[in-house]
Amino acid sequence: MLRFIALRLVKAAVILIAIVTLNFFLIHAAPGDPAAVMAGEAGAADEIFLQQLKEQFGLDKPLLTQLGIYLAGVVQLDLGFSYRQQMPVAELIWDRLPATLLLTTAAFVISLVLGTLAGVLASARVGKWSDTLISTVALLFYATPLYWAALMAVLLFSVQLNWLPGFGYETVGGNYTGFARVLDIAQHLILPASTLGLFFMAVYMRMTRASMLEVSTLDFVKTARAKGLKPGLIQRRHIFRNAMLPVVTLAGLQAGQLVGGAVLTETVFAWPGIGRLMFDALAQRDYNVLLGVFFVSAAMVLLFNLVTDILYRVVDPRIRAS
Amino acid sequence: MTDTSSVLQIKGLQIALPEGADRPFAVDDVSYDLKAGEILCIVGESGSGKSMSANAMMGLLPDLVRPTAGEILFHDTDLLKLSEDALRDLRGKKIAMIFQEPMSALNPLMRVDDQIAEVFEAHDLLSPAERRTRAIELLTEVGIPDPEKAARAYPFQLSGGQRQRVMIAMALALEPEILIADEPTTALDVTTQAQILKLIADLQERHGMAVMFITHDFGVVAEIADRVAVMQLGKIVEHGNADEVLDHPQHDYTRKLIAAIPKLHADDAEEADTKKTALEVIGLTKTYRSGGGLFGGPERVVHAVNDISFKLGVGETLGVVGESGSGKSSVGRCLVRLQDPDQGSVLLDGEDMATLTGEKLRTVRKSIQMIFQDPFASLNPRSKIGRIIAEGPIAHGVPAKQAYAKAAELLDLVGLDPSAIDRYPHEFSGGQRQRIGIARALALEPEIIIADEAVSALDVSIQAQVLDLLDDLKTRLNLSLVFITHDLRVAAQICDRIAVMQKGNLVELGTASDIFNNPKSDYTRSLIEAIPGREKELAAAG
Repeated sequence: MLRFIALRLVKAAVILIAIVTLNFFLIHAAPGDPAAVMAGEAGAADEIFLQQLKEQFGLDKPLLTQLGIYLAGVVQLDLGFSYRQQMPVAELIWDRLPATLLLTTAAFVISLVLGTLAGVLASARVGKWSDTLISTVALLFYATPLYWAALMAVLLFSVQLNWLPGFGYETVGGNYTGFARVLDIAQHLILPASTLGLFFMAVYMRMTRASMLEVSTLDFVKTARAKGLKPGLIQRRHIFRNAMLPVVTLAGLQAGQLVGGAVLTETVFAWPGIGRLMFDALAQRDYNVLLGVFFVSAAMVLLFNLVTDILYRVVDPRIRAS
Repeated sequence: MTDTSSVLQIKGLQIALPEGADRPFAVDDVSYDLKAGEILCIVGESGSGKSMSANAMMGLLPDLVRPTAGEILFHDTDLLKLSEDALRDLRGKKIAMIFQEPMSALNPLMRVDDQIAEVFEAHDLLSPAERRTRAIELLTEVGIPDPEKAARAYPFQLSGGQRQRVMIAMALALEPEILIADEPTTALDVTTQAQILKLIADLQERHGMAVMFITHDFGVVAEIADRVAVMQLGKIVEHGNADEVLDHPQHDYTRKLIAAIPKLHADDAEEADTKKTALEVIGLTKTYRSGGGLFGGPERVVHAVNDISFKLGVGETLGVVGESGSGKSSVGRCLVRLQDPDQGSVLLDGEDMATLTGEKLRTVRKSIQMIFQDPFASLNPRSKIGRIIAEGPIAHGVPAKQAYAKAAELLDLVGLDPSAIDRYPHEFSGGQRQRIGIARALALEPEIIIADEAVSALDVSIQAQVLDLLDDLKTRLNLSLVFITHDLRVAAQICDRIAVMQKGNLVELGTASDIFNNPKSDYTRSLIEAIPGREKELAAAG
C-alpha cells in the first residue's frame, strides 16, 4: 500500500509539472498581459511606461525563460508575486482558501449525503409515487443552471422571506465572536452551499438509484434471500456496499473540484473565496494569481484522485489484490 | 399420492408468465414429490421451466411471475400460502439452495466466513464467535484445502470449484431437509464438476437430505440421479427412476434429447498424413503480461500458449480441447491474428500469418475465418442480417449487390430462410444466430474455419443440429476446421484428430479414437474419466 501511494505521488508530481507548463502557455496565448491592463487603467499607455512595467514584471524575457523561472519557483512552492495586489500569490490563495473549502466541502457533504439517501429511498420504492417524485426533483436539480438557481434562492429565501442572509461570508460589522460567529457563518453558508450542491445531489441520487437496482438483480442478492436474511439487512449489507462503488468514483471527481469549482456561486453570493480571486485575476490578466489558482486546483484534483483510488482499495478487496 | 416419506409434494402447480412472454405459463399443471434421502433431477432445455418450481418453493420468483394454481406442500404446509416472514424462516433453515455461477452467487466484498456466518445470523442462532467456528467446520466438511485460510478469503481469491464448495457449505449450515441445486456444475470444468457431483452425493447420503438437482445435462443425470423428471415447455413429459428413463425413455422428447447427446465413441479417422496440409503451426507462443511498467507494480506473466506445433490437413477437423485457462482460445485468436503471437509461425499457403501486416494480412485473413461462442454477443444488434454477412466481402471489394445476393444464398445454405436478410439478430433464437455466425464466416469463402466453443452456449438438441450442419458444410465446401471446445463429448463426435491442452502446453495430439481409447498422458485420462455419464454409456455399449 505504501509503495502504491509513493509511486502515485511521484506520478502526480510529474503530471502537475506538465499541467503547470500547459497552463503557462495557454495563458500567454490569450491576448493582453497584466502590464497592458495596468497601463491602460493608469491612463498612461505610452510605450516607455509599458516597457518599464514589463521589465518590472519580467514579461520582457523570452517565454521559455519566464517558464523556467516560474517552474523553479513552483518546485520550491513559491507561486510568484501578484503585482496587481502587491502580495505573494501563495499568501493570497492561502487567505482565500478556508472560505472556499468551507463552501465546497459543505456542498460536497450535503450533496453526497442527501443524494445517496434519496437514491436509496427511490430504489427501495421503485415505480411507486415517491420514486417518481424523487426522480423528478432530481431531474429538475440536474437541469437547472447554477446561477439561475442561486439568484432565485436569494430572491426567495433572502429578499422575500428574509430567512437567510443572501450574500457574504459573515455579517459585515457584526463583530461576533466564538459560537455566535460560527452560527453567523453557518447561516451565510446555507444558501450558497445548497445551491452549489444541487447538481451533484441529483447526479448522486440517479447514480445510487440505478446502481442499487442493478446490484439487486445480481445472484449474490438471491443467495442472501435464500439464506433467509431480512430485506433491510440485504439492502444494507449486500446491495448498498456494492452499489456504492461507482458513487465513490463520482465523489472523487466532485472532490477534485473543491477548489476550482465554485466560481459562479462565489460570484453570485459575494463569497470571498478562490473563485472570486480567480474571476478578478482573469479580468486583470494577473498571470501569477491565475497560474497559482490553477496549480492548487490541479493539485487538489490529483490528490482526490489518489484518495479515491485508496478508498476503492479499502472498499473493494479485488482491487487491493490486483 | 400420500407417501409418508415425501418431504415435499408439488400438486398441479401453475406459474403464470407476464403478458407478452412466448407462452402464458412458465410451469403448467406440474406435479411431483421429493422423498427424504433421494436425489431428484429435473432435466430440461433452456426455457423449459425447470428452475421455476424450485424458485416458487423458495419464494424467489422474479417480479411479475407468480403462481396461479396448485400447491407446494412441505410436510403439511402449503408454501404458496405462507406469509413472507414464515417463508423466510424456512429459507436457509429447512430448504437451502445453491446456484449455477459460484462467482456471482457470492458477495464479492465479503469474506467467506462472514457470508457463511450470515446464515446463522439470519435465524438468530449461535454467538458471533461460534458462527465463525462453525463456518470453519463446514468448510472442512466440504473439503476446502486450508479451511482456516479460506475462511478469511474473499470469493475472488478462490477457484471456481472452491467457490461452489463454499456455497454448499453455506447451504448445509443449518442441516436443511431439502437442498435445491440449480445447475451447480454447469459453469465448472469437467474435472471440477466430477468432484462437486461426488461431494453433493456424499453429503446427501451423510445428512439424509432430499436433493432437487436441476440440470440440462443428461450426463450429470446419469451420474447422480435416483429419479428424473423431464420437462418441456413448462410440462413434465416423463417422470420415473433414473435407470428406466435413461435406458428406456418413453416420451419422444426424452428420446430425442438422449439421442442428441454426443456419443463418446470416436470413429477411426482417415490418416491425416495422407492429406494436403491446409495450415501449419510451428512453435506458437503467446505470453500475457499485466502490471509492470514504470508505475504498475510487480509484473504478472501468464504463458497462455507455450511453444505449440501442429498441422491441419485439408478437409480435416482438428479439435483443441482443454479446461478453462488451458490456452485453447488464445491459440484460436493467434491463428486468425486477433492477437499477435510472441513467437512461432502460422503457415498458410506458404505465407506466415504470424508476421504479415497491412494489406497482405487483410488478403490472407480472408481464407481463415472464425465462429464465436456467444451467439448473442457476436452479432451486432443494430445491424440487419444481410449487412452482417455481406460486410466482409464488401470490405474486400465485392460489389454490394453481389455480396447481398451471396448472403441470401449463404442463409439458404445454413438452413435459414433467405428472407432473414432484412431482419435483426434479436428476432432469431440462439441456434439460428449461430447459423448466421456460420454464414458470416463462410461469406469470405475461407479455406479454414476456427470455431471457438461454437456450440457451448446451445441446448443439446440445437447443438446436435449445428454440429451436423458444420460437418455437412465441411464436406461440401472442402473446409478445414479447428474446433476449440471444453466438451469432450462434442470433440469425440466431430473431430478427426484432437489436441489436448493444459496450462498453455500441448499435452497430447492424436486421432480421436486414440485419444479416447488409449490416452497417453495422465491429464487426458483424468479429463476423460471425469466426463459425466461415461460409465453408464460404457456399460450400455459394452
